[in-house]
Amino acid sequence: MGRTGKSGFGLAMLALALMAGTAAAQDFKPAVIFDMGGKFDKSFNEAAYNGAERFKEETGIEYLEFEVTQEAQREQAMRRMVRNGATIVVVVGFQNATPLETVAPDNPDIEFTIIDAVVDQPNVQSVVFKEHEGSFLVGMAAAMASKTGKVGFVGGMDIPLIRNFAHGYEQGVHYVNPDAEVLVNMTGTTPAAWNDPGKGGELAIGQFDQGVDVVYAAAGATGLGVLQAAADRDKLSIGVDSNQNHLHPGSVLTSMLKRVDVAVYNAFKDSMDGTWQPGAQSLGLAEDGVGFAIDENNRALITPEMEAAIEDAKAKIVAGEIVVEDYYSTQN
Amino acid sequence: MEELATQVLLLTASTVRLATPLVLCAMAGLFAERSGVVDIGLEGKMLGAAFAAAAAAAVSGSAWVGLVAAIAVSWSLAMLHGFASITHKGDQVVSGMAINIAVAGLGPVLADAWFRQAGRVPVSGEDARFLPIELPFAEAARSIPLIGPFYAEVVSDHNLLVYVAAVSIPIVAWVVYRTRFGLRLRAVGENPSAVDTAGISVDGMRYRALMVTGLLAGIAGAYLSIAQGAGFTRDMSAGRGYLALAALIFGKWRPVPAVLACLLFAFADAVQARLQGVELPLIGEIPTQAIQALPYLLTILLLAGFVGRAVAPRAIGQPYVKER
Repeated sequence: MGRTGKSGFGLAMLALALMAGTAAAQDFKPAVIFDMGGKFDKSFNEAAYNGAERFKEETGIEYLEFEVTQEAQREQAMRRMVRNGATIVVVVGFQNATPLETVAPDNPDIEFTIIDAVVDQPNVQSVVFKEHEGSFLVGMAAAMASKTGKVGFVGGMDIPLIRNFAHGYEQGVHYVNPDAEVLVNMTGTTPAAWNDPGKGGELAIGQFDQGVDVVYAAAGATGLGVLQAAADRDKLSIGVDSNQNHLHPGSVLTSMLKRVDVAVYNAFKDSMDGTWQPGAQSLGLAEDGVGFAIDENNRALITPEMEAAIEDAKAKIVAGEIVVEDYYSTQN
Repeated sequence: MEELATQVLLLTASTVRLATPLVLCAMAGLFAERSGVVDIGLEGKMLGAAFAAAAAAAVSGSAWVGLVAAIAVSWSLAMLHGFASITHKGDQVVSGMAINIAVAGLGPVLADAWFRQAGRVPVSGEDARFLPIELPFAEAARSIPLIGPFYAEVVSDHNLLVYVAAVSIPIVAWVVYRTRFGLRLRAVGENPSAVDTAGISVDGMRYRALMVTGLLAGIAGAYLSIAQGAGFTRDMSAGRGYLALAALIFGKWRPVPAVLACLLFAFADAVQARLQGVELPLIGEIPTQAIQALPYLLTILLLAGFVGRAVAPRAIGQPYVKER
């Protein structure tokens, strides 16, 4: 009797939960807006896409999507998503911050999550990453893998966000080898700098000519040219945002992961569950928001000693024993 | 000292790599413009060719198929430009711009539809690209002072299309100044009615000039996507077509000065890639932004001070209408 009573209660709870679930699912409609580069850029946007796809797979809920291809479309796309009935809109990319400043107050009932920028509005959740912490770890890998003691960095557009990658990277390199030299190049000062693989490759070759043998690219599609140049010249490269190890197996040393997928997935999930909260959050190593990639494509490049040293530093950063300085704090 | 010499050689090699698409494009533009057809559509032709080369090479696995596809697409675009602006006497700048805009949109859309990679076409495999060729005796010659390292670093170890660009310069100069075709080409751009009076078709000459333009711009596009780079990405020509056009005007529509202008642009680009973050004696570290403005500053300075007046072919931009 007791047993049936318990299971009966459980069933009732389950039914209730299911009803609540369907009720929530009916008026719940997620949307995601990808940044320039598009959802299959093998990097930043693709990570966001993967998060949205995982949500769709797990819940069966379809999401609205849009790929921005011009500056003017940003605000338009956000407004269209709202018109189409979206209840949560995830906008990917720092360049969406300004349009969101105006769209969010106009739609106070809609939940917005912006990735890679902070927008201070009561209905906006801002997710930023501690790129400098992830970059610190790949900087260590670079310094340990380098034979010449010279490593390189190729950034995309010259903005503080990309400088932050470089700053963390330099600290990681110097943590392993204080005498190592880090060459930093930026591709340009306009958004075109994210889409110029030819220039990226040339910058990488320029660094190789100066003795660099490991180069880290944080440059969107421009980075693909950097990785290609490294593969063509038997040098090592480090990918960014998504796991790019598979692009040139044996040449991509590792990839600095920015778990944009987790951020997108969580925003959708929390919104569905009603636990979504506005405000800013910063995801670092402790939150598994950033990390580095090891898979079968780069297994042979990362020795067990290297992995142990990196894991050790990671634990120390999480515990607060190593403090990785961010670029923004150096700019005042 | 040795260190410095090596750096200079590497810088020169980098200049050669960066100048190649500019040189090919400027030579392409030279034929169109000398015949009296403004070709602002060089950018579009090059981008279209880059896409075609990447797509064909990715599917077939052969760089040669990619090159042929690139030339075919660029040639078709040139013919389209001709059809609009020669046959139908349309405005040449509008027609050229239309090609640029159409290609900028069409490339990524087709790439997305066919390859599903966000408007990218990746090219992998050794045969699908033109890889650097080591010329004979490059390593052996290294020990010869001066000439040896120059041969090994600057002359050798480029891909085939770089040599094609280099060879194209004397050929273009010879064709334009030493052949009957060249004489008629120049005449048709200066005084089409005189050419017409002599019984030569003005439209026919201009179409022929555009065919050569299509061929050369096609090679430039293929260089971007299957020789220097590996694959097509959105807007990958990044204004090089316009830069080539500027070089052509800079060089007063003459082959050798135009090539020198291309080399100057490429050199500025190569230098800025190497100057970033480098401590210079006395000056210290130069900010990135200042270095990246270098090519443009050089252009303005030289245009304003050293080049003098650039006189265009007299009939440029005017569709030819027979007097009745």
